[in-house]
Amino acid sequence: MIEVQHLVKKFGDFTAVNDLSFAVESGQVMGFLGPNGAGKSTTMKMITGFLRPTAGTARIAGIDICDNPLAAQTQLGYLPEGAPAWPDMTPRQFLDFITRIRGLDKSAARQAMIRAIGMTELHGVLDQPIDTLSKGYRRRVGLAQAIVHDPDVLVMDEPTDGLDPNQKFQVRQAIEEMAAHKAIIISTHILEEVDAICSHAMIIDRGEIVAEGTPSALAARSRFFGAVSLTLDTQLLERACKVLDGIDNSRYEVVTRGVETVISVFADTAQAPATDLLAHVRDLISQQEWPVRALALETGRLDDVFGTLTRKPRPLADTANVADGGGA
Amino acid sequence: MSQLWTITRREFAGYFSTPLAFVFIVVFLLANGLATFYLGAWFEMGQADLTSFFMFHPWLYLFFLPAISMRLWAEERRNGSIELLLTLPVPLSAIVLGKYFAALAFSALALALTFPVWISVNFLGDPDNGVILASYLGSLMLAGGYLAIGSCLSALTRNQVIAFVISVVACFLFTVSGAPLVLDIFRSWAPQVLTDTLASFSLLTHFRAITGGVIDFRDLVFFVTLIGVFLVATMIIVDMKKGEGA
Repeated sequence: MIEVQHLVKKFGDFTAVNDLSFAVESGQVMGFLGPNGAGKSTTMKMITGFLRPTAGTARIAGIDICDNPLAAQTQLGYLPEGAPAWPDMTPRQFLDFITRIRGLDKSAARQAMIRAIGMTELHGVLDQPIDTLSKGYRRRVGLAQAIVHDPDVLVMDEPTDGLDPNQKFQVRQAIEEMAAHKAIIISTHILEEVDAICSHAMIIDRGEIVAEGTPSALAARSRFFGAVSLTLDTQLLERACKVLDGIDNSRYEVVTRGVETVISVFADTAQAPATDLLAHVRDLISQQEWPVRALALETGRLDDVFGTLTRKPRPLADTANVADGGGA
Repeated sequence: MSQLWTITRREFAGYFSTPLAFVFIVVFLLANGLATFYLGAWFEMGQADLTSFFMFHPWLYLFFLPAISMRLWAEERRNGSIELLLTLPVPLSAIVLGKYFAALAFSALALALTFPVWISVNFLGDPDNGVILASYLGSLMLAGGYLAIGSCLSALTRNQVIAFVISVVACFLFTVSGAPLVLDIFRSWAPQVLTDTLASFSLLTHFRAITGGVIDFRDLVFFVTLIGVFLVATMIIVDMKKGEGA
């Protein structure tokens, strides 16, 4: 549904997006990850036709956004960064405007508005000017605008930014409900969100893809993948360390949070399967009769992968978020 | 076509979302009245015409219309809503024209609300209503010209104050190039052709021609061409910014 082909965007000497290619099929939710200024917003602006690429193009449902922007945009719903709207309008007027401009006829527009308002739970604020609404409601108005015409392709730039946990949950739920029959791209720097709603994830840094795959495959690239972590009372730490020192071919890391301590045990060599290590640690625990609060085989940590891949030193000039000039 | 109408309607309604529109109209009418009665000495003239009413329009418009046009694009940019607008499946021409027509309609409304002057002059004397009608048309054309220039310059920046100032300056230049004061300076050394060309680019020259009561086809062509050129320039600037990324 979305095909991005060798997309390049340069702002003067600064390359914001460098030869990006990927595809998103219907039914997939692609999570776009990256530090600020990585080129996430710029890429989305090019896919939706707001910015013209320096080179390359994107196809929406097979239609080239550069050659035939209007036809491509008809298939597209877009929530720009910061969910901009016209502050003087009420959500009802705003959605009415969008359905008119998108050419929905009267009854279709009515149905579409009822559906979008229902999904974003805007009933209570339909007739209040948008600039009097809270950030959460404004974001939902933006979301309603993006989905009101039930597009096949949905592009959302940080859809949950600035929302409280309940609102985040609602927006994620709305995205999940739609995911089955749409191709969706969302950008975020909330990593748990990727786990929660994305079927695919892509980490970009300085305009280039540094990793992509399913969230679990990405997380598996973490050094924590296959480690055994046990959570116990901080009081037990010293005794535990002594025992753990006795395991061959392994080392461990300790993170203490108040009365609770997490010890991550890594197998030093790749020879022994992770499950062996888990079994070993479990045996030790039962021998020692420690009151362990939690014991788990790590499936990897996305934040760790994110940090390793994107925390390279960068020249000062590059950190300026040039790409976000339009929406910041 | 329906998209153009939808955009025009939204933009027009936008003017009235705050009391500012009403304040603007009131101040415009007051300024108009002051200019006509004090500066223009309408009563003292003892003539049943609206010459002293229309003669100040170019100078009033110079400040009032950039105040309308400054927000056309600068505000969308600042607000981020330009991203929404330009990613909707609407041709750029419909957006540019829709915004322009809304601004023009708003100015037309302000102008139409000066009707008590017209009623008064008919009550007091027996004016040539044909000339007055032509003058109203000329005044609207003039407003259209200023707004087109303002629309184009508003597209250049995200700062409304800058948009206002450069629009006033540009409109001023397009006006004074026809004022006798300026033309005399050129007349003393430049060839007649140059002076005439300069004068022919001035909105003032063509406005005066129309308010004189003669609707010359060439004056209308001038205004329509000027408006067209600046609206096309607006489209080009907005489109260019898509490439730049601002």
